[in-house]
Amino acid sequence: MEQSWNRAKAIFATVLGPPLAWLLLFFLIPLTIVWVYSFGTNVGLTEIAFTGTFSNYARAVEPLYVGIFLKSVGVAGLTTLLCLIVGFPVALAITFAPDRLKAWLILLVMLPFWTNLLIRTYALIAVLRTEGYVNLSLGWLWTHASGLMTMVGLSPLTRFEPLELLHNNFAVVFGLVYVHLPFMVLPLYSALDRLDRSLLEASLDLGAGHVRTMMMVVVPLALPGIASGILITFIPALGAYLTPDLLGGPDSQMIANIIERQFKRANDWPFGAALSFLLMYMTFIAIALQAMLAKRKTEAGS
Amino acid sequence: MSKRSLGSASGPLEYLRRWPLQAWLVMVGIFLYAPLLTLMAFSFNDSKRNIVWKGFTLKYYDKVLHNDSLIAAFGNSLTIAAISTLISVILGAMAALLLWRFRFKGKAVLDGAMALPIVVPEICMGVAMLVFFAKVMPWPTGLPWPLNLGAIIISHVSFSFPFVAVVVRARLASFNRELEEAAKDLGAGEFMTIRDVLIPHMQPSLIAGALLAFTLSLDDFVITFFTSGPDTVTFPVKVYSMVRFSVTPEVNAASTILIVFTVILAALAIRLQGATAVAGGHAPDASSK
Repeated sequence: MEQSWNRAKAIFATVLGPPLAWLLLFFLIPLTIVWVYSFGTNVGLTEIAFTGTFSNYARAVEPLYVGIFLKSVGVAGLTTLLCLIVGFPVALAITFAPDRLKAWLILLVMLPFWTNLLIRTYALIAVLRTEGYVNLSLGWLWTHASGLMTMVGLSPLTRFEPLELLHNNFAVVFGLVYVHLPFMVLPLYSALDRLDRSLLEASLDLGAGHVRTMMMVVVPLALPGIASGILITFIPALGAYLTPDLLGGPDSQMIANIIERQFKRANDWPFGAALSFLLMYMTFIAIALQAMLAKRKTEAGS
Repeated sequence: MSKRSLGSASGPLEYLRRWPLQAWLVMVGIFLYAPLLTLMAFSFNDSKRNIVWKGFTLKYYDKVLHNDSLIAAFGNSLTIAAISTLISVILGAMAALLLWRFRFKGKAVLDGAMALPIVVPEICMGVAMLVFFAKVMPWPTGLPWPLNLGAIIISHVSFSFPFVAVVVRARLASFNRELEEAAKDLGAGEFMTIRDVLIPHMQPSLIAGALLAFTLSLDDFVITFFTSGPDTVTFPVKVYSMVRFSVTPEVNAASTILIVFTVILAALAIRLQGATAVAGGHAPDASSK
């Protein structure tokens, strides 16, 4: 049972004070200042006056920025979907693996996740760029295929044109899936691992195939886990900065890149603050939606 | 009824034996590891252009080890990670104890506020820190090392300690409160009970939390990018500026060193706790990035 705070005041004060002070001073106050700034205007180069204006938010709903918000949601959504498609079989494999192998498989998924994000992104640049490994391998295959065709008397292929794999939207989605896959696999695994296996066996015994069992039994039962996997993948993908910055082209800017630009190069902090809070509200809406679905699910279940 | 024995006894559920799933796993493995492995392999490649294999060399490692700014950045990163981990573990353990043990007004609010640093997008937290250290509490410049890293350390603690609190609180849930009562019956005071009974119980989670905080700090780019100045460059920020220039074997070599470092840390974590515990302990925290 939890203890009422006034029965051990000294300890309560000791464990309450430092974390609360830190949270207030070094997290909530900074966020509040950004929030206040989002209603301010630039006066002079570094001065910001709090004017209570909504003009920053008005600017954020201009088509240009609405487009970027929509695009970010689209990119994050596509990333989440791809992670789900790629990750579900992996989570399934981990769930039904023997114990020893299970630990290793989890580790295999986790290890890239522990590796520095920047290094992983850099690794993708080296793979995808025009003179990168993918194009190099394709070029090698192309030349040899061409040589082979000349040998059998066909006309050789045209010169190999390297694929444009980097600095475009493809690279951004590819990179986001690469980075966020572990986020999807782990919650999926923990949901699947909790399933009552006898239900699966019952379904198989009663004549449903494996695919049908997956769709009709496993997926509905694992829905809360799938939902939390989607949320955990979608939120960081929506706010991604590094991946679109390094892998994207001029048209792959996402919200975070626009925010960064307001705070650094464009030096329009009030507008950047408004965009930050819009991004934050979107995150909260996503969380609230998931919580609502989860609640409805448990209510329906009980 | 034991789920596990049921699972191993049943043939049809051994999905891992089926080739489509095996093929899928191999492909995902290639997808996850091929970029990193090629990156590591080509750090030994004796060619500036970095694509075709020209022979084995260690010269880029030599270059990295003589690149003073890179070494300094690496030192900064480790220092920041160590200090912020220490503070995060203390604050996180306190917060966990508070939320686990006490009933008080505003608990739900505090609980929610503690979750905020976990869910708020990194970029938002980064700009908040930028604004805070620019306008409210300008960090004095020209302080001797490592004091000049203060702003970065503070922001790292802000996003790490709630994670530590989550891990520690999960562990506290398995604490048998009768032990606490027994200690008190035997004459231990409140603080003594915490020191001698509760903290030993928390210990594995303190280690897990520390490892998590350390990795989060070492890995962070976005928030550091907004709080670091010209003389407080961390390893990720330095690599970022190098990557923006070009892809060079030197970056490969530096990255390889950090990857090896990460693998050693992971191995250490497994050594201390067992693989399942490590992976399990991190599973709920996947929401970090």
